[in-house]
Amino acid sequence: MTKKIATREAYGEELVRLGADNKNVVVLDADLSKSTKTHDFMKTYPDRFFNMGIAEGNLMSTAAGLATVGKIPFASTFAMFATGRAFEQIRNSICYPKLNVKIAATHAGVTVGEDGGSHQSIEDIAIMRALPGMTVFVPADAVETAACLRAAVEIQGPVYIRLGRSGVPIIHGEDFQFTPGEAVTLRQGSDVALVATGIMVSAALEAAEALATVGIQAKVVDVHTIKPLDIFAIVEAARECGAVVTAEEHSIIGGLGSAVAETLAEHQPVPLQRVGVRDTFGESGKPAELLEHFGLTSTGIVEAAKKVIAKKK
Amino acid sequence: MNEKIQSLQERAKAIRRHIVTMLGEAGSGHPGGSLSAADIVSVLYFDTLKLDPEKPDWTGRDRFVLSKGHAAPVLYAALAEKGYFPVEELKTLRKLGSRLQGHPDMKKLPGVEMSTGSLGQGFSTALGMALGLRLDGGDQRVYALLGDGEVQEGQIWEAAMAAGHFKLDNLTAFLDYNNLQIDGPVDVVMNVAPLPEKWRAFNWHVLEIDGHDIEQIRQALAEAQATKGKPTMIIAKTIKGKGVSFMENQVGWHGNAPKPEQVEQALQELA
Repeated sequence: MTKKIATREAYGEELVRLGADNKNVVVLDADLSKSTKTHDFMKTYPDRFFNMGIAEGNLMSTAAGLATVGKIPFASTFAMFATGRAFEQIRNSICYPKLNVKIAATHAGVTVGEDGGSHQSIEDIAIMRALPGMTVFVPADAVETAACLRAAVEIQGPVYIRLGRSGVPIIHGEDFQFTPGEAVTLRQGSDVALVATGIMVSAALEAAEALATVGIQAKVVDVHTIKPLDIFAIVEAARECGAVVTAEEHSIIGGLGSAVAETLAEHQPVPLQRVGVRDTFGESGKPAELLEHFGLTSTGIVEAAKKVIAKKK
Repeated sequence: MNEKIQSLQERAKAIRRHIVTMLGEAGSGHPGGSLSAADIVSVLYFDTLKLDPEKPDWTGRDRFVLSKGHAAPVLYAALAEKGYFPVEELKTLRKLGSRLQGHPDMKKLPGVEMSTGSLGQGFSTALGMALGLRLDGGDQRVYALLGDGEVQEGQIWEAAMAAGHFKLDNLTAFLDYNNLQIDGPVDVVMNVAPLPEKWRAFNWHVLEIDGHDIEQIRQALAEAQATKGKPTMIIAKTIKGKGVSFMENQVGWHGNAPKPEQVEQALQELA
């Protein structure tokens, strides 16, 4: 069994390192520091940590103000409240003036688990990528999370980093090279392209293994940056394979599936099948049970791959 | 009357003339709440704020956030008077390609510390500035101007709670209490009173003044500066449309621009 680490855990650890490297890094949380894992930063750099209480709107605008005086604020809470409750603060206080705020939102997707649908953000990618100038990262594992965070500090402007509650396998090695906006091809194949983001990347790799046993060669593309989207990589994968499956722990409306559909429709129309939450809310359950329930598994991707291959001319 | 006060009154009058003129040119915008804040803004820009119009990005400067962003004309008038850009440019207000957007845009116009307009948010950004400047050990101060209707926004009270909690004595806010908002008198639309008690309950030092009395504004600012361990809220009783007889206390002048003949009459009154 490979070791599993939640991306929020990796965030908490990397944040302390970022704090050591750059004294302008400050962190804001909304009474969830033990869950978002900003707790370690708070203990290490108490002066640079601001617990804003349960007031996400104020948290985002305060982060904007901190950015105007040269700070690099990491604003953390659950994805639901960051992008839902505080959407307009993110839009008008942070994105409209292009301020250097990093929104690191945890507990995204259905793997929040038992807390249920009220807390399972499945719309946040859609909402964040609609904002002009926003960079949207959805890391697939702990290694990618650390890389996204380091890149976020280098980027001048708003960044959204989508993090999860539950453990995910490590898929990248120590030598992983990360470039913002450049998708990573994890496996070559020419029958179907599995384009995945976040925790669905490891599921896509498993699906590719399973497909190989029945003679289907799947290319696996890890889209860690939803915005700016690597249009070249998406179009190239579609051209090579002639069929695309997208996989995300998010609604099929507005997320990676939509972004890929928009790209293919304009540049390289090929059959597409989207794996994701299909226009419904989440519910309580164990994370693994919920992924199963919503078909967000390697099996779900295999089925989608077979379906989309059948549509190829 | 001493010279300083007289000169600040003259500035306020000049600011009011700019407001009326630029809104007349624009054909839309918000005169009432711009005119009510003119004396406060005049004192801030010409007596209080440490600024260098030649170096708008000077890190040692004080910050002013117009949280009631729809009163952009009062800010633009003060910035032009201060020398951030030519007075002539005020005529571009609200026109395509202008740096003078309908609501202040910090990316476009030097001297604008924060893009505001969505009510409630500017105040929180001022809080963030005050936190960041204090963290660096600087002596810069942060000032925010709030509308009375604006304090109906829940975010104002989130920020009020946080500023009190963090004991931000480098933050001072004015509340432009003209008691009129778009739909009518504030106490009819959604009563915000009692305001002093509310702000005190949120751990602020609270002052109540006549927002058109230059000396009272100056004294309140001096007291805010001397107050330690708490942010200061200056509740300034004002008259919406102040200085233009036909606009004073008229709710209809919240968001309507004067016609040419009305501009002329207003300028005669403000001569």
